[in-house]
Amino acid sequence: MSSFRFRLRAFGAVAGVAALLALAACSSGGTSSSSGKASSSGTVTVAVVSNPLITGQMIPLTTSSFEKQYPGITVKFATYTEGDLRAAIEKDVSTHSNAFNVIMIGPYETPLFAKNGWLTDLSTQFIASDPAYDAGDLLPPIAKALSYKGDLYAVPFYGESSMMFYNKTLFAKAHLTMPQHPTWAQVQGFAAKLNQPGKVSGICLRGLAGWGDNMAALDTVVNTFGGQWFDMNWKPQLTSPAFEQATNFYVNLVRKYGEPGASNDSFNQLLTLYGQGKCAMWYDATVAATSIAGSFPSVFAQTGYAFAPVNRTKSSGWLWTWSLGIPQGTANAGAAWKFVSWATSKQYDSLVASKYGWSAVPPGTRTSLYSNPSYLSAAKAFAPITIASIDSVDPTHPTLNPVPYVGIQYVDIPQFESLGLTVAQQIAGAIAGTESVSQALQASQSAAAAYTPAQLSGG
Amino acid sequence: MAAVETGAQPASKVEVRPRGVSRREQWQRRLPLLPALIYVVVVTQIPFVVTLWYSFQNYFFDVPGGAHFNGFSNYTTVFTNAGFRGSLLRSVFMTATAVIVAMILGVAFAVLLDRKFLGRGVVRTLIITPFLVMPAAAALVWASPMLDPNFGLVNYLLEPFGVHHVAWLSQYPLVSVIAVMIWQWTPFMTLIVLAGLQSQPADTLEAAKVDGAGALATFRELTLPHLRPYIELGILLGSIYLVNAFDAVRLMTNGGPGTATTNLPFYLYQQVNYAFDVGGAAALGVVTVILTIIVATFALRMFARVFQFQEA
Repeated sequence: MSSFRFRLRAFGAVAGVAALLALAACSSGGTSSSSGKASSSGTVTVAVVSNPLITGQMIPLTTSSFEKQYPGITVKFATYTEGDLRAAIEKDVSTHSNAFNVIMIGPYETPLFAKNGWLTDLSTQFIASDPAYDAGDLLPPIAKALSYKGDLYAVPFYGESSMMFYNKTLFAKAHLTMPQHPTWAQVQGFAAKLNQPGKVSGICLRGLAGWGDNMAALDTVVNTFGGQWFDMNWKPQLTSPAFEQATNFYVNLVRKYGEPGASNDSFNQLLTLYGQGKCAMWYDATVAATSIAGSFPSVFAQTGYAFAPVNRTKSSGWLWTWSLGIPQGTANAGAAWKFVSWATSKQYDSLVASKYGWSAVPPGTRTSLYSNPSYLSAAKAFAPITIASIDSVDPTHPTLNPVPYVGIQYVDIPQFESLGLTVAQQIAGAIAGTESVSQALQASQSAAAAYTPAQLSGG
Repeated sequence: MAAVETGAQPASKVEVRPRGVSRREQWQRRLPLLPALIYVVVVTQIPFVVTLWYSFQNYFFDVPGGAHFNGFSNYTTVFTNAGFRGSLLRSVFMTATAVIVAMILGVAFAVLLDRKFLGRGVVRTLIITPFLVMPAAAALVWASPMLDPNFGLVNYLLEPFGVHHVAWLSQYPLVSVIAVMIWQWTPFMTLIVLAGLQSQPADTLEAAKVDGAGALATFRELTLPHLRPYIELGILLGSIYLVNAFDAVRLMTNGGPGTATTNLPFYLYQQVNYAFDVGGAAALGVVTVILTIIVATFALRMFARVFQFQEA
């Protein structure tokens, strides 16, 4: 008798919990905001990535300057890590929930979202009637990456390529010299000599699963080894000799001479490690220089810079820019543009310079910054190599052989969001040692082969 | 089987309505419960029906055009997908290991706490604390300050013993996550078993002593059978909660490295939040519910049988 009642109750509990589990998956966090006309006041909710230039500068400056300048506008920030930001934004704009008035996106999302009609055309809607914004000043590769059919659909907050950071003191002690344009073979040799387990890692590399995390770095290695995601017929090439060789190289490099626990590390973790002097070399985004200068002055003084290492191609840096866009049909679009144009303007750069110094200014977006003498003298160590790296990229020809896709450290197709993560997880597994590189690539290849060429090409 | 039927029979014959209560009065008694019932239906059953509907749709967030019917293809994908099987097995393994180890530790702590000693109140509070920490906060504390390979406390404390810079979350991801689950759930088991211990009649123990039984024999022959329903309850409740464990997985390892710690809830979450596959995730959810109900039914039948033995 008592057992029966107990049974029923527990059964109900199990069934209820199971049902909730199923639902948790479907409850998206989109709360729709109240509708309103394109007015220049109201609340602007901004979804941003939690990188230092945003959490350390943009958010406090918005409170201390922007909201004072525009008393009618209240700005609310939602900060996410890179992977979570993508998930939140994608759900928000595709379902037209419009919880965000401004979204932080990059060259991967902008053309795809614009094609789907999810973004406001900034060129015709706002920039045309706002000559003070000076969109012509934006760096051409960056502006091109954020355009769809010739119009800007997002404007850059900061832009980056990738490069090698190294500790000059450690190099001098070991009697090593880093060339301006190193090869990956040289880098491996340096890492082997400089690695002191438990004290200093020979090289710090990204391992965290995410197409914008570990895959960003690995893709540039794959490209310069001559590998590619797809051939001209959209056949996946993840088990091709070049892809496999590059992946083996990267995984072995980080497993042998990389930081411990690499499979959990991405930009922010590596910035801390490098800033604490625990990396002899670090291959990552050029924008890291700005953060090292701002947060770790003693390490900054010892830091040298070199171009992204190469193997078979001449250059191999990636191209990324965290940019601000306005979803189509959002409320308060006028106020949203006020914020977007403020955060990406020349005036914002001067404001940052007056508060945090010129070396802390968000790099890689405007030509004028690279002819500004105050900036060039404050950032002389890394500004020339940053701008040269950004100028050298060509997202339409990322690797040795022709490819049907656009993108250096990504493939600009909607399926890549999911496919890129699947592959990234496999690679993170290989870096952690839970599976071999060839197993990881086999699994990746079959994940990529699940799509037909027609789906991938958008045909 | 037989045990269940005999267990169920008397219940079906019993008239639930007490004599002399009119239909009207019955409703008057039910009425105050209705808001809660309606609330439960609205927040669990309606979404479940929606989930069911979505499970037959092809709907990706990142593909414009919305949802369209695609028959059973989402279900076919679920059953042919290695990712689903892997996460299912991992879920079972994580839950079973965590619950069993937490229960063994829980019994041990409860037995110790059942004795009188100086500072027992303080020790009891300390032992219960992990259960009071928010799971998300606990996971974050474990992920970086404790287990970080470079700055973590665990490595620092183990260094004198020759452990150097172990990347716990990369090298032993599953063990690390399970360890945190055990850490969090041992107090719960301790509390339940302690309640059982304290309800044990003192005269039985005294009688055992008079009969010359040793401490070990007394524990095995008297205390353990007495604790049995408490242990079973703890295991059942622990399993129900831990099979849904998400916080630790999400915040410590994000299901990785690779898919080393991806359990069923996290896999579902990934299908929606990273793959944007609403239809596939809905199908996964439905399959999960069916599997859970099957497993729960078997588990409860087993319990029912156990109780039958107890009564016999």
